[in-house]
This record gives sequence, C-alpha cells and structure tokens, in this order.
Amino acid sequence: MTQDDELLTEMYRRMYLIRVFEERAIELQRKGEIPGALHTSLNQEATVVGATLALRHDDYMTGNHRSHGHPIGKGAKVDRLMAELMGKRTGVCQGRGGSMHLADFSVGSLGESGIIASGVPVALGAGISAQVRGTDQVCLTFFGDGASNAGAIHESMNMAAIWKVPVVFFCENNQWAVTTPIAKSTSVVDIAQRASAYGFPGVVVDGQDPVEVFTATTEAVERARRGEGPTLVEAKTYRILEHAEGLPIPSKYREEAEIDVWRLRDPLPAFAKRLTGEGILTEEQVTEIAREVVLEVDAAIDFARSSEFPSADSIFDGLYSNPIIPLARLR
Amino acid sequence: MAQLSYREAVSRGIAQEMARDERVMLIGEDIGGAGGVFKTTAGLFEQFGRTRVVDTPISEQAILGAAMGAAMTGLRPIAEIMFSDFFAVCWDIVVNEIAKMRYMTNGQVKMPLVIKSGNGGSLRMGAQHSQSIENWAMAVPGLKVVTPSTPLDVVGLMAAAVRSDDPVLFFEHKGLYASKGEVPDGEIVDELGKAAIRRPGKDATVLALGLMVGRALGAAEELAREGIDVEVIDVRSLVPLDTQTLLTSISRTGRLFTVEENPRLLGWGAEIASIAADECFWDLDMPIRRITTPHIPLPSADSLEDAVLPSVDRIVQDVRKGVSL
Repeated sequence: MTQDDELLTEMYRRMYLIRVFEERAIELQRKGEIPGALHTSLNQEATVVGATLALRHDDYMTGNHRSHGHPIGKGAKVDRLMAELMGKRTGVCQGRGGSMHLADFSVGSLGESGIIASGVPVALGAGISAQVRGTDQVCLTFFGDGASNAGAIHESMNMAAIWKVPVVFFCENNQWAVTTPIAKSTSVVDIAQRASAYGFPGVVVDGQDPVEVFTATTEAVERARRGEGPTLVEAKTYRILEHAEGLPIPSKYREEAEIDVWRLRDPLPAFAKRLTGEGILTEEQVTEIAREVVLEVDAAIDFARSSEFPSADSIFDGLYSNPIIPLARLR
Repeated sequence: MAQLSYREAVSRGIAQEMARDERVMLIGEDIGGAGGVFKTTAGLFEQFGRTRVVDTPISEQAILGAAMGAAMTGLRPIAEIMFSDFFAVCWDIVVNEIAKMRYMTNGQVKMPLVIKSGNGGSLRMGAQHSQSIENWAMAVPGLKVVTPSTPLDVVGLMAAAVRSDDPVLFFEHKGLYASKGEVPDGEIVDELGKAAIRRPGKDATVLALGLMVGRALGAAEELAREGIDVEVIDVRSLVPLDTQTLLTSISRTGRLFTVEENPRLLGWGAEIASIAADECFWDLDMPIRRITTPHIPLPSADSLEDAVLPSVDRIVQDVRKGVSL
C-alpha cells in the first residue's frame, strides 16, 4: 500500500468510526443510557474527516455543538468519548462536558462551544499564540451555516486577515440551522463568498467527497502555515437527522424528498465504492474495516457501561486551580 | 520609592510582569501606540513591541476569544475591555467560554488570563460609560474578581492576577486614575483574596471597594470627631473573598455597613451580609446596613450622579444612625 492509499484507507476508517459511534450513541440515548440531547453529524462524515486529516497532530481545532466527529476525525480514542456521553468518571471530561463538549485536548482540541460561533474567536487566539510563540501550528475552527451569520465570526475573520493569523475557517454547511434553511437566512449563495469581504480566499467543496475536502483543507492549512493568512473553506453537506436527537422539533419544516436526495449521496458507500473501484481496497478489506470499527465501538460501550459515575464529592474539582472561598459557603 | 498615579501603576504592574515572563502579552483597543485611552498602558508598546502589545479593531468578542485561545495554548494574556460597560458586548465569551472551559473539561486546560477594564462612575459619563459591574462577575463561577483602590495595590494585584492560572477580571476604577500613592521600587507581588484593613476601629465595620474606600475613610474621620471609632476594610478581592478578615472584624465591632457603588439589587454587599448573618449573627448588635447606589442606571448630570453615588455625608449619616441604635 502506498502512503496515499494508507491515508485514503484511514480516511474511510475514521468516517466509518464516526458513523457507527453516532448510530450507537443514538440507540443508547433512546434507551436512556445517554442523558440529554445529541447533535449528530450523520452524513457529514466526509466533511469532518477530510478536514481533520488535513491537520498535523500538534495543530489545534475548535468545535461546536455538533462535534462528536471532530475529535474522532483528529484521532481521539472513542472509549473515553463514549464514557463522556454516558456521563461516566472515565469520560474525557469526567462527565462535566457531555455531548457538546467531547473535548479531547490530547488530540489538539481546544474545546467545543455549545454557543453558536463562540469557538471561532478562540481559534483566532490559538493562531495568534502560534505567531507569538514562533511555532508553525495552525488552528482550524469548525462552524455551521447558521453560525456564519453570527457576529463573532466576522470579528474573527477580519482580525485573522489583518494579521495573517494561521487559522482555517471551516464551514460545514449542512443547509439547515435548526428549522431555518440557508436560503432564508443568508445573503449569499456560497458562504465562502464572504471571505472576499475580508480579503482572503474562500473555496467551496463537495462535503460528501472526503478527498476533495482534504485537498482544499490541506491547501488552506499549508497557506496558513506559510504565514499567508486564513482561508474560508465551505463544505456543502446535509443534515439527514433532526437538529438534535432527544430534542424533537414538533413542526414539519422540510420535505422528505429533499432528505431522500441526500440519502442517495451518503458519503460512506460512495467512498467505499471508489476505493474498491480504484483497486485501493478489496471488498473483503472494506468489510474487515467495518468489522473492526464495530468491535472498537462495542468495546467503547462496554468500557463506558462498566465505568463508575463521578462522585458528587468532586463537584468543585477543576473550577479553580487553587481552592478559593471556603467551599461550605459555595454549596 | 516613587509617587505614582493609579494609571501609571497599571502600566508599571504590566511592565513588571511582561519583563519577567515573555508569555505575557497585552491585547485590546488603542492600548498600543496610543498607550490606552486612559493611558494605563503607556510605554508598553515601545518597550515590548507589536507582537506582544497588540492593538485591535473594535471587536470585543474576538479580543476576549483570542485572549482565551492564547491562554489555552501557552501564553498568559492580559486583555483590555476599555470601559467595563462593554463587557455586555462580549459577556458570552467571559461567562460561557472563559469561566467554564477549565471546569467543563475537568481541568484539561488552564486559563491564565487577565481582563483589565476601566470601571465605575464619578466622571459624569452617563449610564453606558460609568457602571460598576463587579457584581456581574462575582455571579459567575470560575472567575476571580479584584478591584484595587491604591497605586500600590494596582501593581501588586496585577502581578498576582497575571500569575494566577485562573481568569481574573481586574477592575480599575476610572475615578481613581489620577490619584497618587507611594509605590516602592523593585518587584511587587500581592495576593488575590486578601482584604486590607485601612483604618482600625472598634465601633463599626465599614466594607468598601474601589472609589468607595476613600469615601469610607473620609466618613470615618468625621465620625471619629464625634467619638465613633470606625474600622474601614478595603475588600479588594470579591473572588476569592477574604471571609476570615471580614468576619473577624464584624464579630469584633458587632456592626456591619457596606458601601457599594453598584446598583442595589444583588450587590456584593448583599452576599457578604448573607455570610455574616450565617456565621456571626449572634455577634451583631444591629441590623446590617447596605449603603448603595439606588437601583437605577447612572445619570450623567453632576448633580444627579452626586446624589446617587454613596457619598461621605451619606456614609456618616447612616453609620451615625446605626451606631446610635
């Protein structure tokens, strides 16, 4: 296998891992084993993995409310992520974060914000930090089409542009902001056009094609690393499921036929077909990857189930670096 | 030893820390070439250069988000929000991101970040450029909150704030910028969470913050002429709160007054009153009295602003009345 073939295989494996991780998480949420709501990225796996694989291990990323896939794409182990979803002590944030904060700093996450657009200026700061410290690290920030209309993003894009900060603004355009379609909320057809307002490149890619996403993001990352400033990459994809599992929207706001069109564009079978068609993987190898991924997620679920819940004694841990006001007065 | 103004003390404190630790940087609006609209960062751009002293556009969310990102990746930034009123523009980043990140991620990351800001009234600048917002900050778990009242405290508390691994909101009082005080030469490092007894006394404890400390001391002088011996404590730090110093004094004098510039409801004095009621109720000789600005936006006319901010006269009257009970 060539290096490129290995990369493509890993691309497929991570996409499949996100798919299985989230499908199983949805089942567990419905059974009551995972509390709260889950914002899933089913059907967006090519976008997520194409972007994260373009980053180096020591590059940073910031995520959003829909960020199960981002740490997995960047190489996080799924056992501690699943334990986090279940609210267990072995979770990556020991049950403090939950679904919207699968923040695995060991793979370069700088946290995921459940507040739309608020992770974006944080990425700007990580980029400024790389400049000040004299490293060649890059920070990629994920946001959605809904977030593209929020002010913090525009402030950040302008600042990143004037100082050529090594940031990649990565828009996962899944077409729907809860119940609001992009055509009703956004002044341009392509969000990437907005980069021109800040004087840096904006590119549109097919978010269902992991290679196209990877290639464009790699170019953006390398440009940032060379000190030439930010790029806005917009990946066109689609949210197949509801805005969040466990947070049902009572009204019908989109047509089933529209969802069906995108179901036919599922990135996983399409990419598997391409890999086998180009002779990079055999059918058996594809099946084997799927089998291994299912075992990995099974093991993660077992790990999470067998882990303890965090103790209520720990509620003040991590709030400050040193104890403050006698705790009795804060209870 | 030098006489420094409060505003000079701010830049002195920052310069001390920037010279000591190259991870310390400064980011904000008009702080560089101009030296800050209040001249609290004068000379820093010249001394430390454009990489570490960063002039930004008017983009408060991005300023604080950027400071946070830098704090999480190995730097120790000081961000400036020019007037504390402008915190409302970027409060999401403070409350939902900066204050929570360490806790939400179970301590995977530290947040060594200072946000300095011009706070408080008395300059006739009206409702959107005069607020005292310490109470907003005190209400948010994960933040530390300090308000120095003297040039010496400015230097020492700035150093302590920069060296803290937690986010500190550092409220400079705009009405004190021109005030002067002795500041010794050499490195000065104070401690967060320590109140200072500015005037010992036995008849009543008066707690104050920022600009109100001087007014409380002025009132204590007048009351002393009437034979009322008031202890004035500069609270200095709301989080951490020096409950030991405060409660010891309150238990000893049996009378507690707070002097708060902030609008009345849910003020820091209410929290301290609650703690005092819990912990030393039986030592109290009279009901706790809070002397505050009424619950209104600050008006700009000098006559109105003077009428609503706690004054020396009001403190004297309230304490005199309380002590006579």
